[in-house]
Amino acid sequence: MNKFGFAIKTPRSENMDKVSLERYHMLLDREPSFKRCFQCGCCSATCSARQFTDFSIRRVHTSFRRGEYEGLDEQLKQCMLCGKCTLVCPRGVNLRSLIINMRQILDETKQ
Amino acid sequence: MKKVAIIGAGPAGIEAASVLARQGVQVTLFEKSESPLKNIQDKAFLFPNFQAAQEVADDLSGKLLTDGITTILGVDITDLKWQGTEWKLIDSKEQTYVADAVLVATGYQVFDAHRKEELGYGIYKGVITSLDMEQMIKHGKILNANGDEPKRVTFLQCVGSRDEKSGNNYCSKICCVTAVKQAIEVRKQIPACEASVFYMDLRMWGQGFEEMYRTAQEKYGVSFVRGRISEAAATFDSRIQLKSEDTLMGLPLKMTTDLLVLMVGMEASCGTKALGKACDISGDYGFIRTVSPHLYDNDTGKPGLFAAGSCKRPMSVWDTVNDARAAALAIKEYVDSLPQ
Repeated sequence: MNKFGFAIKTPRSENMDKVSLERYHMLLDREPSFKRCFQCGCCSATCSARQFTDFSIRRVHTSFRRGEYEGLDEQLKQCMLCGKCTLVCPRGVNLRSLIINMRQILDETKQ
Repeated sequence: MKKVAIIGAGPAGIEAASVLARQGVQVTLFEKSESPLKNIQDKAFLFPNFQAAQEVADDLSGKLLTDGITTILGVDITDLKWQGTEWKLIDSKEQTYVADAVLVATGYQVFDAHRKEELGYGIYKGVITSLDMEQMIKHGKILNANGDEPKRVTFLQCVGSRDEKSGNNYCSKICCVTAVKQAIEVRKQIPACEASVFYMDLRMWGQGFEEMYRTAQEKYGVSFVRGRISEAAATFDSRIQLKSEDTLMGLPLKMTTDLLVLMVGMEASCGTKALGKACDISGDYGFIRTVSPHLYDNDTGKPGLFAAGSCKRPMSVWDTVNDARAAALAIKEYVDSLPQ
C-alpha cells in the first residue's frame, strides 16, 4: 500500500483509560516535589539545551505525567544537568533530581 | 425615623440590614422565597478555610433578629417607582410599600447547564453541576450514576462563563477555587477516587486560594489538565466519555469518568434582571450597573437607590458581606442628608 502513499496511522491521542501511570507514580515517590509543578515553563525557558535543540524539559516531564514515555530516554540525553531549571522553578521542584530519576526509571523499566 | 427597604435576604441584604438597624435606621427586608439565605444553604463548605456554610448562614440568620429589622418573606418586589421624595415598591400582587431609600440585593442564579447540550447535563446521569456536587459533599454521598462509589471524578471549568456561545463573556470568578475545593473534598471522602480538573486558566485571586491549589496537587494528588472539554457522551455502563485537547502536550485527549462535574457560573438572578430593567439600572449581562466600580460602587445614579452584592457582578461571600457594609454606610449618609 505504501507504493500509493497510503499507510495505516496509529492514533495520536492521549487515552487516559489505557495509559499506565505506574512509572509516573514511581517518579513522584522518588521526587515528590514534582507534584507541585504547575506548568509555567520556566524550566524549559532557561534551559541551555533548549536554545540550540528541540529538547523541552517541560514537554518531557509533562509527557511523563501523562504516561507517554516513548522516546523520552533519547530526549533526556540532551540534558547536560547544569541545573539552571532547578534554580528558576517557582514551585521549588528539584528538576535536576527529577531528570536523573526519570532517566533511571526509564532505564529500570525498559522492556 | 427614616425607612430603608432592602430587596433580597441573602448575605448582602442581611448584613446591610443589620448594620443599618444598629445605626438606628428602620429597615424592612423583602425576600421572595419563604426562607432567607437559600444560595448559601445549598453549599457544604466555603473556600478557602473549609468553614461549614451552615455556620455562616446561622451567624447571618442571627443578625436578622437585630432590633429595627422587619423581615417580610414570600414577597416578590417587581417594580420600583421614584415619587419625588421617596420610593414606591410594588410587589407581584400589586401591593405597595414606601421607603426613603432602597437597597437592591437581589443576587445571582447559577447558569443553567442544560444550555450546554454537548456536555450532556440532563441527558446523562453521570453529568452533574457543581451545585449537585456540593449537595453530595454536604450529605457525604458522592455517588455515580449507578449509585456506586466513583473511581474517577472530573471537573470542567468555565461552563457558562468565558463563553460567547452562552452569551457570557465574563469570568464568574468563584468557580476555579470551588473546583479545587470540591476536588479536595472528593479525595478526602473517597481516597481511592481520582480527581481531575480541566481548566483554561486557574484564577486563584484570593488570599489562601493559591495555597489551596498547591495543597490539592501536593497533598491530595488532584491532577490538572489545561484544556476545555468539548463534548461528553455516555458509555454502555453509564460512565461518561469525554473529549478534550491537552493543550500543554498539543495532543487530543480521551478519558472515561464516573462523574463529570460542570462548574456552572454566576448569572444575574431573574429578580436582578427585572429590577434592573424596571429602574433603568441594568448593566452588562443583566447585572446592576453602578456609578463607578472604583468609587461610588453602591450608587446606582438614582436618588436613594443603592445596590450591593452579587446582583452587580459575580462575588464570593466575603466580597458580598464587605460590599453590603459599604452600601449600608452609603445609605446611612444618604438618609442623614435628607430633611428631617
